[in-house]
Amino acid sequence: MRFRATHILLAVPLVAFLGLAAIFALRVTDGADRSVVPSALIGKSAPGSVFPGLGVGAGFDPAALAGRVSLVNVFASWCAPCRVEHPLLMDLGEEEGLTIVGINYKDKRASAERFLAELGNPYDAIGVDPDGRNAIEWGVYGVPETFIVGPDGTIRGKHVGPLSREALDGSFGDTLRGLLEANKGAAAS
Amino acid sequence: MSRLLAVVALVLLFAAGARAANPDEMLADPVLEERARELSKELRCLVCQNQSIDASDADLARDLRLLVRERIQSGDTDDEVLAYLTDRYGAFVRLKPPLTAETVVLWGAPFVVVVIALLAGGLYLRSRRRPDDASEAVPLSAEEEAALAALLAERKER
Repeated sequence: MRFRATHILLAVPLVAFLGLAAIFALRVTDGADRSVVPSALIGKSAPGSVFPGLGVGAGFDPAALAGRVSLVNVFASWCAPCRVEHPLLMDLGEEEGLTIVGINYKDKRASAERFLAELGNPYDAIGVDPDGRNAIEWGVYGVPETFIVGPDGTIRGKHVGPLSREALDGSFGDTLRGLLEANKGAAAS
Repeated sequence: MSRLLAVVALVLLFAAGARAANPDEMLADPVLEERARELSKELRCLVCQNQSIDASDADLARDLRLLVRERIQSGDTDDEVLAYLTDRYGAFVRLKPPLTAETVVLWGAPFVVVVIALLAGGLYLRSRRRPDDASEAVPLSAEEEAALAALLAERKER
């Protein structure tokens, strides 16, 4: 029986392989999209730079979000998934106590106006970012992206890609509902 | 001949340009431009994700290349440029992740694996050596001796 130690050692690679395979299998099948880069800005203050307005509008000044629960949605008329999420934004526009702000990313003014005329305008304010430089401050790497900004001006959540019912039922929606609930309480008292 | 030389020189000139970032993005100062290029090679294009912004054709990669040059021109050090982008996009934006509490497992794993391999290999070799030791070999039993003799005799008959 003096070979026993060796036999256990021989099993080590197999056990290590099975362990790794189990970890990979769990990671592959958990349904999360690995191309989504988690935002480094969650828990930090929203960038302060002001976006000029679309047309005659006032634009988007992040300081104006203070005391309100807001969604900051990066969109463009040339972006197909933006059309997909648009009806959902229109619904959210009806939500009590929720401010929706649009950042019109690398777009032409006329195209953006046509997009909103055709599909409706869910935004309380719209800022433009024609060269995408300002969006870099927000860590934007594609459109659409949507941020949750709390009443204290802190970024609380981010959704990459078109907003969906699933996202609103998941942790993104939980964060939003939690903030709205807390803010309602604060406003009442 | 001089015309041929001129053509060769032109081709070489453009070939050199093709390896660099897009000409319209390049900084006039070659020292700063060189720093920008080295930094660009270390930064991940977040759209393509496995390409550096130096190698990528994506719009965002171009925006980030211009941003790197903008920061360098305004006097940022290399570390400050990397910090600027890491603050906005997270450590993922760096192709070579820095050693932090979060990445210590990633950086340490190869060394741990080497140590485990050496230990396992050493133990295995040590336990292998013993059976070869003649003094510990078990002598054949009388039965085995008889069987062996029979086999050898059979072979001789052929």
